[in-house]
Amino acid sequence: MIEVQDVYFTYPNGVDALKGVSLTIKNGEFVAIMGENGAGKTTLVKHFNGLLKPTNGSVLVDGVDTRKVSVATLARKVGLVFQNPDHQLFSETVEEEIAFALKNFGFKEKVIKKRITWALNLLGLAQYRKTSPFMLSGGERKRVALVSVLAWNPKILILDEPTIGQDYQQKENLRQFIMQMKAQKRTIIIVTHDVEFVAECNPRVLLMREGRIVTDGDAQTVLTNPEILTHASVVPPQIAQIFIRLSDLGLPKNVIDVYEAREILLNILKEHAK
Amino acid sequence: MSVFEGLRFRRVYSPIHNLDPRIKFVYVCAIFVAAIIFWELLPLMILFLIQIPFVLLAGVKREWLRSMRGAAFLATVIFLTNFISSFIGAGYIVTTKNVENAVAMTLRFIVLVESFSVFFLTTSPDHLGLALEQTHIPYEFCFAFTTAVRFVPVLAEEAQTIMDAQKARGLELERGNFLKRIRNYIPILIPLIVGSIRRSLELAEAMESRAWGATKNRTNLYVLKMHRGDFVLIVITVGILATAIYIRLFFGIPSLNELLGSLF
Repeated sequence: MIEVQDVYFTYPNGVDALKGVSLTIKNGEFVAIMGENGAGKTTLVKHFNGLLKPTNGSVLVDGVDTRKVSVATLARKVGLVFQNPDHQLFSETVEEEIAFALKNFGFKEKVIKKRITWALNLLGLAQYRKTSPFMLSGGERKRVALVSVLAWNPKILILDEPTIGQDYQQKENLRQFIMQMKAQKRTIIIVTHDVEFVAECNPRVLLMREGRIVTDGDAQTVLTNPEILTHASVVPPQIAQIFIRLSDLGLPKNVIDVYEAREILLNILKEHAK
Repeated sequence: MSVFEGLRFRRVYSPIHNLDPRIKFVYVCAIFVAAIIFWELLPLMILFLIQIPFVLLAGVKREWLRSMRGAAFLATVIFLTNFISSFIGAGYIVTTKNVENAVAMTLRFIVLVESFSVFFLTTSPDHLGLALEQTHIPYEFCFAFTTAVRFVPVLAEEAQTIMDAQKARGLELERGNFLKRIRNYIPILIPLIVGSIRRSLELAEAMESRAWGATKNRTNLYVLKMHRGDFVLIVITVGILATAIYIRLFFGIPSLNELLGSLF
């Protein structure tokens, strides 16, 4: 459980990135943080594993104040995957890349071997085990970075912009993988601009703007409300846009799910056919 | 990272920012020479104080103080080495003279950092490149120089992000013995170097697609011209340098201790 209590954060160069953020993320919750560039999304998630400590207020992870423990201790529990994989890949092979964090956390050699195999299979990277991460494509590097964090099985998983540079198939794989993690009651937090991805995942959505959380609610409510979305510089997903524009046909305005949309439209067509 | 802060340019306008970078550079060199030819505390204090009006006039006090704070560690090292070596040399006694000497050496370093930081804080990299070009240095070199200066803060920021990313994977930089600690930096250096090489290749491609080197005679949108302020600075520069050399050659400089003694 993550408890953020009235957190303010100012960078050393004087930029106020967070201006009074309070929120609670319970165990097993799936949260998407959205909002325009510079709204403070990445700054906020960097507080969850202690990389940044609040200037004012406090962040508690499972009841422990992040100011009182090291990043390494927190990282064991809170896995944060950065936006740009090139900021972390450095090993000669993908296998060693994954082993790096496991060694840091003091896993035994035998366990490390097992974990590597397990992690590589999660996102279809098994054939790259002995390849240099620098030889892989952008999307593959991104997955190696993700897998290198998954390997130590953190209780809370934070993904910063996980869908960037992934083709549609990989995005779908990622979504299914996240759903699987959610089913295992893992806490997942994603920071993203990808409304379509969020609409398909249907998580709890936090909208941020200028260092504050302006909206907090389930995806279906938040992503179908054009006013609050515009306020946070987000556009509604395509399904929602169609339903909002067709509302004079008597269609509901709060639809984001493709299957639900299909059902509603089929019913209307059937009625017309009669 | 705080040392880099002092070198980061912010686009503001002040009488100092508008000065010709060539003249400003000559001024910095003059201060440099003056700081080198004196080893007594008194003139170095004067040199230190001369810069303050520039800082205030340029309105870069906060950034300047930050870079001074960045230099504090090295300044302490310089003070201690000077003080300890003269302490041992004098036969393990503390004299006012050797304290004064150690302070003077430290102040000399601070004066150098001070003048360079004022120069970089008030001169945009573009301006600097322009100055180099107009002194007929080949454009390739000017471009390489301005690009290098321009990317220092970017690199510093990237190093910070990489450090964060590796810490998030359980890397503890301060753990282990001396050798282990150096090895801890490998996961930070490799992404940083690979990133820089990759970026420079991308930059080269981007430049070529924007017709880099298409014409022999390159013209500039802006041309540097000397204004009244620049002539004032020339006079100040020549004045400082001439006075410094004159005093060095023809006067004995009293130590601060002697000076205070003669006053009271």
